[in-house]
Amino acid sequence: MSWLLLALLAVPLAGAASLTAPTFRERAVSLYGIAVSAATFVLAVVVAAVFDYGDAGRMQLQTDWSWIPGLDLRFHLGVDGISLPLVVLTALLSLLCFVHLAGHPPGGGRLRALVFTLLVLEVGMIGTFLALDLLLFFVFFEVVLIPMYFVIAIWGGRDRRAAAVKFILYTLLGSAVLLLGLLVIWTQTGTLDMVELTARHGAGIARSVQIVAFLAVGIGLAVKTPMWPLHTWLPDAHTEAPTVGSVLLAGVLLKMGSYGFARIAIPILPEGAAALAPWLGALAVVGIIYGSLACLAQRDLKRMIAYSSVGHMGFVLLGFATLTPVGMNAALFGNIAHGLITGLLFFVAGGIKERYGTADMVRLGGGMLRRLPYIGSLLTFACVASLGLPGLAGFWGEMLALLGAFRPAAGLSRPLFLVFMAVGGIGTVLTAAYFLVMLSRVTHGRARETVPVGPALASSEEVRVVLGPGEPVEPDATGTAVADVEDSGPAPSGARPPRAGRLADVTAGELAAWVPLVALTILFGVWPKALLALTGPAVQAIFGLGGGAG
Amino acid sequence: MISVVVLIVLLPFAAAVAGLLGSRWPRGGSRTKENDRAAARRAAWFAIAPITAALLLTLWLASWSARALPRGSASYPGAEFWAGLLPGSTEGTLTMVETGSVPISFTLRADGLSILIGVLVVVVALAVQVYSVGYMRDDPRHPSYSAFISLFTSAMLLVVYAGDLIVLYAGWEIMGLCSYLLIGHWWEDRANSRAAVKAFLVTRLGDVGFLFGIFTLGFAAGSFRIDDVLSADIPRGTLITATMLLLAGVAGKSAQVPLQTWLPDAMAGPTPISALIHAATMVAAGIFIVARLYPAFLGAQPTLDVLAVVAAIGMLGAALAALAQDDLKRVLAYSTISQLAYMAAGLAAGSDKAAIFHLLTHGAFKALLFLGAGAVIHHVGSNLMTHMGGLRTSVPITFAAMTVGFAALMGLPPASGFFSKDAVIAAIEHSHSPAQPFLYGAALLTVGVTGAYAMRAWLRTFFGPARVEALPEPPPGTAHVFDGREAPRSMLWPIGVLAVPALLLGFAGVTEVDWGSALVSLIVALLGAGVVYAFWRGAPHQDPARMLGPFRTACERAFYVDEAYRAVFARPVLRLARGVVRTDGQVVDGAVRGAGRLTMSLSGFVRLAQKGNAQLYVTGLLAGLLLITVAAVVLG
Repeated sequence: MSWLLLALLAVPLAGAASLTAPTFRERAVSLYGIAVSAATFVLAVVVAAVFDYGDAGRMQLQTDWSWIPGLDLRFHLGVDGISLPLVVLTALLSLLCFVHLAGHPPGGGRLRALVFTLLVLEVGMIGTFLALDLLLFFVFFEVVLIPMYFVIAIWGGRDRRAAAVKFILYTLLGSAVLLLGLLVIWTQTGTLDMVELTARHGAGIARSVQIVAFLAVGIGLAVKTPMWPLHTWLPDAHTEAPTVGSVLLAGVLLKMGSYGFARIAIPILPEGAAALAPWLGALAVVGIIYGSLACLAQRDLKRMIAYSSVGHMGFVLLGFATLTPVGMNAALFGNIAHGLITGLLFFVAGGIKERYGTADMVRLGGGMLRRLPYIGSLLTFACVASLGLPGLAGFWGEMLALLGAFRPAAGLSRPLFLVFMAVGGIGTVLTAAYFLVMLSRVTHGRARETVPVGPALASSEEVRVVLGPGEPVEPDATGTAVADVEDSGPAPSGARPPRAGRLADVTAGELAAWVPLVALTILFGVWPKALLALTGPAVQAIFGLGGGAG
Repeated sequence: MISVVVLIVLLPFAAAVAGLLGSRWPRGGSRTKENDRAAARRAAWFAIAPITAALLLTLWLASWSARALPRGSASYPGAEFWAGLLPGSTEGTLTMVETGSVPISFTLRADGLSILIGVLVVVVALAVQVYSVGYMRDDPRHPSYSAFISLFTSAMLLVVYAGDLIVLYAGWEIMGLCSYLLIGHWWEDRANSRAAVKAFLVTRLGDVGFLFGIFTLGFAAGSFRIDDVLSADIPRGTLITATMLLLAGVAGKSAQVPLQTWLPDAMAGPTPISALIHAATMVAAGIFIVARLYPAFLGAQPTLDVLAVVAAIGMLGAALAALAQDDLKRVLAYSTISQLAYMAAGLAAGSDKAAIFHLLTHGAFKALLFLGAGAVIHHVGSNLMTHMGGLRTSVPITFAAMTVGFAALMGLPPASGFFSKDAVIAAIEHSHSPAQPFLYGAALLTVGVTGAYAMRAWLRTFFGPARVEALPEPPPGTAHVFDGREAPRSMLWPIGVLAVPALLLGFAGVTEVDWGSALVSLIVALLGAGVVYAFWRGAPHQDPARMLGPFRTACERAFYVDEAYRAVFARPVLRLARGVVRTDGQVVDGAVRGAGRLTMSLSGFVRLAQKGNAQLYVTGLLAGLLLITVAAVVLG
């Protein structure tokens, strides 16, 4: 069955390659994208089906070929309880992005190029989670950057160029440091094989070298995660990226960083991790508070969601920093939950931006629950899930991370981590605060309160006052924000939103892309065992407790 | 037997799902008047049928439990009373969730305590659902409203029947969410929206402490199962830490000092919500959890002393605030805080029995009072008592029912409040806590003030000159219609049914009355009521609250706690948030951009070496040669 993982990479790659055929019909492109990603998703589901859950701590379905013997580089793939959920999540989110794309052709045109880019992106993302060779991991890690750069730079918003350049330079710089760290590991141990390195638990690497290597690898991964203060590429990239870009950035790309901690940094360099864990924890909780406070004062919906990622990934990093099985479980759970929930949030925010022509909260005005009851409700659901309500997926990651911090691994200072726990607890309150304040501003109130934009009022000083000086009025926002409120019955489903007048509520295509995320958020919320039973044994194996039997 | 418990919890949950998804199906899109009405009708069925079934199941469970033989021994010391009342108990574990640390068990349990509270919850929930059919008629959002009530009921039942602290916490938080959604039901008004956010955030702040308290207990016992926690041998210091942390959550949910400020604002929600959430059930959860974990609290006397002080401050302060409010619902809200403080005082004095007894009677009479107040508001079209008066002739049934409710609130015999309040006060009298004198004094004073504010509300609403006038119907509140008649029957029935336990429930404790202390508190209550009556008699069209004199404004503003919190917490946090955004743009990202600029200028410098200027190259070459030579001489 080892061909399964190869097929998981080959299907989207072949799909992308055949798009370059000149005879390809432009109209069928979006359906083609759905077909290829659906095939990939089916393969991922098959992998999940044949996976031996009784032995989730062991690498399964391995493929191990020699690739470049001179470098000792091997094409080594496999899945275990840590990577399987991420692989399925990636395949699912990619599929949903193509479904979304079918109903919402990109603003910049060039649909075929976008589908090609996204398929290449999918290869890189899945490959990162499957790779079991350090250099192979790095290759896939880098493969992801290029398509994402183009997604932002070509199909993004107004300031897309600057955001894309910042994104690529920042992450490339991080990757360079990561590569250094990986090479240090290689020179010390003479192998690049992750399975073997994990089994050694750091044997053969001196403590000081481990610390240096952890620092390098950690910084490289922390840029991607992102960890405060290395996060500033993220708000710009998220804000400017098109909806599918934002969803994949938040849903998958950030997970590559945290996955690296679970797969490489902590298992291979345990002593380095133990030495630097207090710093990691401290930066994590600073990120939680800092991200939440930044959200509280944001005006742009997408930018706020981007900053909320800083806070949520702070909980993930706090889980890692505890170096306990429960903390690792928390981090891996939080990864998946954040992917689902923030993916949903960006989908909904994209839908809102498309209808109103802006994601600026002041211009959105209030009363969304009146104008767009279904979208308003979905936004409420996504926010409530994101603020960590029990019964929805977001809760378990946060709660278990705090539980891990309550009693960190032996050797770590307990009072320090108790402080981290308390600060993280305050972070959950702040998280609730910014989401509820945003909901209150956008979904509550009367729709008439909308700050009018467009020709009718662009001349008045009011807009300047509201927007502050120096901020130009977006030309594409004209006319859409003032809608006929009282009579706004939803248009027939499937219809494109009109430019002015009524706003159409959720369409069938959007529901198809969003409902799976809602369903999974609820499923993992009420039945956390579905994930914990997978990650638990794998985490136990990392810490050398009870092997793979769990 | 545990499957019955599971059904009791799941039935309202299913009702919520069906109500949310099914009410408008399949014509969800078109919001015409007929569709709205059909959806509301269907939603009412979705809401009422399952909760009725849950009520029948709960009653059956209670009768089973009463007939069952006591199990070998009570599961923990102190459980004898509940075991004596309803001896049957049952427990079932669905699954164990391994977390890598202390495992979580998805466990439900039913015993005497939880069945008693469970009966209260479903009875009040059913009354509120029936009442809402009339009260929320013509509200286009009736489906989501009734579905959220069902979800809330389910969450409260989960808290009541939880056998594991994490499961309990899940229900505890979901209640907070439902409270948010329901307080903000008329979200067109920004004030309602703000009240909803405030309620959620204030309770959540307490819940953080609550969660850490659960962690402390769970780690000490090696399990989150309530039975394991209570039977574990936990050191006293750990118990004190854990219970103090739990107290934060109790203060948040049960609106005790210092987290009481959300409850009066929560009156922005529709009145039935106030009856259900903010009087009879959700706020009772805090008291319930202390009773549930009472052995742990008994082992931590300092925590009980803190609870006593908190309760003493809360009961008197809230009662004084109630005396000065003009909004009828706010009077009842402050009275709820005050009455909950009584229960907390009972717990602090060492009698969980008295506290739960008062919780049950209070649940009945406060739900009755709120539903009656809703009928009055429905009739008058205003919340303010200034707009009321002389209503006893136009709404006779509501008047009779609310008279029972006010009598119970004041603690007049034979209404239920008399017996339960006496049980609490007797417990305080006999307590050995160091805070006992303080607590006893506050309790007696509060009895007097309670008599006063209840009398004032009763007189201002139902007696004196009629001030009713038809107000223009303000959207979005749909309850504001003056039609000069009693409320519809769907509203009167629940009021009438609740009046029965409000009047008679007290006789369950008739054998244990401490007549001496009962007489004292009765006299104090009558004294308070008498003073108000005297003031009112002098000038029936004026507010008797004027007797507070210069103190009145402070009472009306609840001693400026809200303003203080806004200045100390809310504004600094917002300032900090703006500061963070500025910092993020200028310092953190500024460093990145600065690094970028630095690189550019560095590259400009390096570019000099590649300009093709031969002179520069030769100069550089010579300089390098010189450097190497000097270095070779010096180092060599």
